[in-house]
Amino acid sequence: MRDAFIARLTELAATDPRVMLVTGDLGFGVLTDFAKRFPRQFLNAGVAEQNMTGLATGLALEGRIVFTYSIANFPTLRCLEQIRNDAAYHGASVKVVAVGGGFSYGALGMSHHATEDIAILRSIPDVTVVCPGDDWEAAEATTAITALPGTAYLRLDRAGAGNAAPDGETFALGRSRRLREGEDVTLVATGGILGVALRAADQLATEGVRCRVLSMHTIAPLDQAALLAASRETGGVVTIEEHSVIGGLGGAVAECLLESGAAPARFARVGLRAGFSSIVGSQDYLRSHYGLDVPAVVATVRKLLGAPDVAVRGMPSSA
Amino acid sequence: MTAATPVAAGVPAATTEELALRIRRHALRMTSTGGSSHVGAVFSMADLVAVLYGHTLRVDPARPDWPDRDRFILSKGHAGAGVYAALAERGFFPVEWLSRHYQDGSLLSGHVSHKGIPGVEFSTGSLGHGLPVATGMALAGKLDARGHRVFALLSDGECDEGSNWEAILFAAHHRLDNLVVVVDYNKIQSLAPVAETLALEPFADKWRAFGWAVREVDGHDHAALRKTFDALPAEPGRPTVVLAHTVKGKGVSFMEHSVLWHYRTARGDEFDAAWTELDTEGDA
Repeated sequence: MRDAFIARLTELAATDPRVMLVTGDLGFGVLTDFAKRFPRQFLNAGVAEQNMTGLATGLALEGRIVFTYSIANFPTLRCLEQIRNDAAYHGASVKVVAVGGGFSYGALGMSHHATEDIAILRSIPDVTVVCPGDDWEAAEATTAITALPGTAYLRLDRAGAGNAAPDGETFALGRSRRLREGEDVTLVATGGILGVALRAADQLATEGVRCRVLSMHTIAPLDQAALLAASRETGGVVTIEEHSVIGGLGGAVAECLLESGAAPARFARVGLRAGFSSIVGSQDYLRSHYGLDVPAVVATVRKLLGAPDVAVRGMPSSA
Repeated sequence: MTAATPVAAGVPAATTEELALRIRRHALRMTSTGGSSHVGAVFSMADLVAVLYGHTLRVDPARPDWPDRDRFILSKGHAGAGVYAALAERGFFPVEWLSRHYQDGSLLSGHVSHKGIPGVEFSTGSLGHGLPVATGMALAGKLDARGHRVFALLSDGECDEGSNWEAILFAAHHRLDNLVVVVDYNKIQSLAPVAETLALEPFADKWRAFGWAVREVDGHDHAALRKTFDALPAEPGRPTVVLAHTVKGKGVSFMEHSVLWHYRTARGDEFDAAWTELDTEGDA
């Protein structure tokens, strides 16, 4: 996903001299070509994320479109106030790029687990939050946020869903993609864990459970229309994210559906509930350990569909 | 609060000294009316702001977004009343707006904000933000070979913030001699003297060691300030820092050198006494 991002950014920088890439001293080997081709559009700010984000704001207020680049929580939580006060409040065209959402860097330890960033960033006004699910979405999102005035956050996972680039489809921020059709339940995923959602849907299809799958690549603004339709038409919504269940995709979807008077009859959140992870491991290992893998999603859906309706009876099931 | 002499409005200040006096009067009234803090922090930098806005900065009140303007960022945003006053006196917006400072529904917040206020380059309030942004603006100016300068006014206390030192490293490395930091070095921070909180001395040596050109000046001596700001950059190829030695609360005897007036609001007799001191210097 990172390579898809940098390849697209390279194309954009070639045609638009306003595009700048500022790294916090990370991206070994990955940014070399960009730096060589566009020396006036590349900057290594050093290991100094607060200054990186502040100076990106200054550059943006002088007319540039500035991508700040680092990994995990460094370009977000480390300099959160610069994103809020400097970039977002001033409507500056700063695009914060974090490589390594969720457990992408699982073996590196807790410091490198980006598992609260979506909740935190989506609560800041005037920040567009995008978590692409595959390489195509990552590239298209890069183009889209470049054209977007103002501040954005782009969360890139190490591994995307592995989908082939679609034919003739257009990408739009805030408009989710329906990747599987189904009427029994809707799986809503954000980020690279979209691949898990798709595989779970395929497995459930063999059992006769027809899952709709939405790639909710944009968290802010959220695609309310698609969520309302999913709730109305399938009656069940399961959110899937490699992130805390507190305030992330699941929280956003629940807020949207409840406030719209369109709460689904069945609802579940697949995400992290365990708090900090003191153990380490590969992304796949940690997903399995914390119940974010295909078997866990399948089990969640089975339980949701098989459970008696008592607990939710009386709630409005459609708008 | 008694009905004090109206602050002169509509007639430009003839000198930077007069502008400084008007800034102090406005700030005293604004903080008293609104019940806000930081009048001591405004008084300490009033002469710096007056010389900058009255003499040094190339700005045009009729065109606040003039592309070739000098950029000025108040990083010690808590002293925003002083910048609002300077901008009003320079004609960026009507002086009458100042009476809305710190009031319900007002855009003139206690910490300086740009939204809806012509002439405010950047909003601050959390310390340690202004210099990194100014650094980015200066870098853009260099990349585009533009002639304007970028000024950031910092408090001494905010030099505790690590983000400033990130920018200080960066600006020297990139030889941003279009960047000027002015430190309002009044030696007092929020709770106690700087020397008892986190000592900055040897302060000038620290900046020099980081690669900056350093000038030290009496921050209340307008002639000296004008001369210092007329000779920028102090050294080609280096960003400049002007360490302006100031007195917190300058201009009102009982506020000077006092930690108390970082937060206290002048009301009643205290307001009258302060106003009298500022009035005795002559009608502006």
